[in-house]
Amino acid sequence: MISLTTPLDEKAVRALKVGDEVAINGVLFTGRDAVHKYLHEGGALPPGLSLRGGIIYHCGPVVIKDEAGRWKVVAAGPTTSAREEPYQWQIMRDHGIRGVIGKGGMGPRTQAGCKEYGCVYLHAVGGAAQVLAERIVAVRNVYFMEKFGSPEAIWEIEVRDFPCVVTMDARGQSLHEAVFAESKARLESLLAAGSHEQR
Amino acid sequence: MNVLQESLLELIRRTSAEVPDDVHRAILAALEREKQGTIAASAMRIIEQNIELAQRKSQPLCQDTGSVLFYVDCPVGYDQLAFGEAAREAVKEATKKGYLRQNSVDAITGKNDGTNLGPGAPTLHFHQHRRPEVEVRLVLKGGGCENVGAQYSLPDEGIQANRDLEGCKRAVLDAVLQAQGKGCGPGVLGVCIGGDRATGYEYSKLQFLRKLDDRNPDPVLDKFEQDILRIANELGIGPMGFGGKTTLLGVKACAINRVPASYFVSVSYMCWAFRRQGVKLAEDGRIEQWLY
Repeated sequence: MISLTTPLDEKAVRALKVGDEVAINGVLFTGRDAVHKYLHEGGALPPGLSLRGGIIYHCGPVVIKDEAGRWKVVAAGPTTSAREEPYQWQIMRDHGIRGVIGKGGMGPRTQAGCKEYGCVYLHAVGGAAQVLAERIVAVRNVYFMEKFGSPEAIWEIEVRDFPCVVTMDARGQSLHEAVFAESKARLESLLAAGSHEQR
Repeated sequence: MNVLQESLLELIRRTSAEVPDDVHRAILAALEREKQGTIAASAMRIIEQNIELAQRKSQPLCQDTGSVLFYVDCPVGYDQLAFGEAAREAVKEATKKGYLRQNSVDAITGKNDGTNLGPGAPTLHFHQHRRPEVEVRLVLKGGGCENVGAQYSLPDEGIQANRDLEGCKRAVLDAVLQAQGKGCGPGVLGVCIGGDRATGYEYSKLQFLRKLDDRNPDPVLDKFEQDILRIANELGIGPMGFGGKTTLLGVKACAINRVPASYFVSVSYMCWAFRRQGVKLAEDGRIEQWLY
């Protein structure tokens, strides 16, 4: 297990490779469909918010206010990242993010962006909303709550030992691409063997 | 809240926070199969911890509490409108309590009013029967798994699928291949062969009401289910698409009549966070029995 602390250092990010299990400490910014489209279209971040060296977490958490009126994240697993494929590379370039957390992997433009801008794609376990919410120790802030609604807002959250796996690194490797190619080849050979059996 | 609303609220709470026993057993078996020290095994361990934690804390298993789908079996003469009102009230309350995420947005404007209510939300399916009991089944289906569902119109040259059972198998396995880890595998497939476009998808989702360890009473469909399960688990896609031995936890299929010109294969995907529960209600609306 490799421990990473935000803001991430470019050298540390470039040293990561596919298959590494990491634990993140520090701050994550949630952001999903509405935020990505907004930033892609040139939308500005709210005053005082910078994503430089930071990590975007593709997540729409369930957040409630506790009795003391403080925000509390009650569930927070990753959402499917593929939907952000048209936008992600540009946000790496324009906002200097060093990490993206999501699930399901991303495509070639993100892959190229990781390499060019020194960023890494981290896969959290989809659906594991309770295990991941337990690693969130505080909600520091929320932006765009009114504009986008709670699941689509930017939540600034502090995490401790947040578990992820590197599945796309800054060296041009993608576990998703490798597993797809391998599974496709296996399926073709299994189907070919099956058709032969039937004849 | 009236008694029926209270019952439905409890049904939502439990559906959101717990996987049913049949699914839990399948997940434990999958954890056992994965090779120790792999990232697939780590993912399955996190999944197992998550199930335990969600149940203990009575909080959503997954933050995407999904589309809220009610399936109601009721006697002739049952007041479906009153049920609909109770269901909406329960959904609204469940959202306030955090059993459901504020998850329903206006399709055109994207506006989220925070209630989870709106046109088509929640979705209600009623089926009449000639027995006195009312049974309510609830499925919460997240967007990740919903997005990897697929419908094929055979023949499909791209995947060499003809209009026969072998072609159906190719279509379903193509859906598995395309889904990879995007639908939060290991997942479960609901398949419908035949029907029109809308009915095919509807019946494919109805398959999720079956228990994972049941067997299809039709021997042809039973073999179809078992074959797909076996082949899918040989593809090496594994939990979350990390590679590994368990790509699917189950396959459930049905066939319904079609017109001669159409040959649809509809595939719905359910993630490992398989949220399905059901209750049998007493006459006054109280929960009499849990169905899963």
